[in-house]
Amino acid sequence: MSQPRPASVSIDVGAIVARTLAPLRPNLVTRPTGRAVRAAIEERLRGAARSPFVSLIDFTRIRVLDFSCADEIVAKLLVRYMKADRPRDVFFLFRAVGEVHGQSVEQVLRRHGLAAVCDDARDGFRLLGSVSERERTAWQTLEMRRTIGPAGVADALGTRGDTLLRRLAERRLVFREPNGTALALSALSTSNM
Amino acid sequence: MRVIEIPRSFDYRNIEALYLQIDMDRPGPVLFDLRRLRWVDPNGMLGILAAGKVAAEAGSAPRISLPDQPEITSYLDRMGFREAAGEVFEFGAASKWRRRARTSDVLLEITPVTKNSDVHQVVDRVQSRAGAILSNTLGYPASAVVQFSVILSEVCQNIIEHAGRPGWVAAQSYNWKRRLGRHVAIISVADIGRGFRASLEDEHASRFGERWGDVTALEAAFLMGLTRFPDTGRGQGIQQIRKQVGRWNGLLSIRSGSARIADTPDWSSKPPLEEDLRPFPGAQINIILPERVK
Repeated sequence: MSQPRPASVSIDVGAIVARTLAPLRPNLVTRPTGRAVRAAIEERLRGAARSPFVSLIDFTRIRVLDFSCADEIVAKLLVRYMKADRPRDVFFLFRAVGEVHGQSVEQVLRRHGLAAVCDDARDGFRLLGSVSERERTAWQTLEMRRTIGPAGVADALGTRGDTLLRRLAERRLVFREPNGTALALSALSTSNM
Repeated sequence: MRVIEIPRSFDYRNIEALYLQIDMDRPGPVLFDLRRLRWVDPNGMLGILAAGKVAAEAGSAPRISLPDQPEITSYLDRMGFREAAGEVFEFGAASKWRRRARTSDVLLEITPVTKNSDVHQVVDRVQSRAGAILSNTLGYPASAVVQFSVILSEVCQNIIEHAGRPGWVAAQSYNWKRRLGRHVAIISVADIGRGFRASLEDEHASRFGERWGDVTALEAAFLMGLTRFPDTGRGQGIQQIRKQVGRWNGLLSIRSGSARIADTPDWSSKPPLEEDLRPFPGAQINIILPERVK
């Protein structure tokens, strides 16, 4: 019997800001603001199931995202949920991280040696942060196919395909089922299913 | 009474003329004489405020005489200098401010920065004004207002996290027709806090040994992204500001202690490093963003 695939939880950062910080300010600036938003996101995650799930962190309604907030929200969430003792088995997708917020997110990810799956309305999903060319190519192939079964890995990604997928799964940039099937995170988020 | 003469034209290029007249160990009455002033940029205004604050803390009650040209006083008032100076200086009985115009052409008035909510206020305030200036006047893409806001946010946070003392920020656009043949936007940030050397000293001085000083501290922060915080994510602000200002072919300089370090574009004659300047507390940041060449 196959395991159920991860569910997805969408978190609207703009709604968090409006509800808890400043109703009229769509600007995420300063570290204390970033810490407050991350705490609110983690509160939402605590209420989710214990089984693996994909969390879509949506910046659509955010106008300014400075480096301090990008670090406090994106980088520190990833750092915390990469660890073995993470409080929930969450995979993250970041929405509306295009040209405007992309610079801040890209830089903080590189600073930490991290990578994340981000999307914007124009270009779709892409990897930002520190990734090797091989990792990026493998990730893009999976992103196009949405899923690659164990029998198709070598055809799709070459002889090192399994190693690359394992590495991407360790970095929580793809989801792998126990039988080796790899799934693009974008294929698991509710808004794309 | 000591008189500190403010030059007729006073901006980032001759700001040292002010610092050279400040003697932090000499209390006593001091007058900042702005009567001859005909032109001043945000760096000059914040420099006067910072120098006045230093004089006040040295034990004098600094006084200020306003420019004798009413339009200069009016311009200073529009820039918010009147309010900010009121916290630092005693105005002479003859000081006459002109009533501030209801609508302002100012990009960002002089704004005190002491806490994080001030940074939010600065970013909120500049959103509505910066868009038109950056797009229409400087020819930047529409998204530039966000990057401009990020720059402002990061430089203001630098005061809160590193100075340990209040500071100010101001910005305005100008037509540098004769100087550069283009419009520019100028952002100035100043504080009289502990400065880069003291901020980084506990964490990093030992690794630099005898080389440690104002120049080394500025190089450590500016070129290497070092910060006093052990957190990996810290120290990105200045690095990212450098990148963005560079993309716009702008000038970025930071003066702290007795040194100044800068990223200088081809249109500027400023050296990348100046040392042995007159010591002055805190840090003063100058950003000049030129109109895009089509």
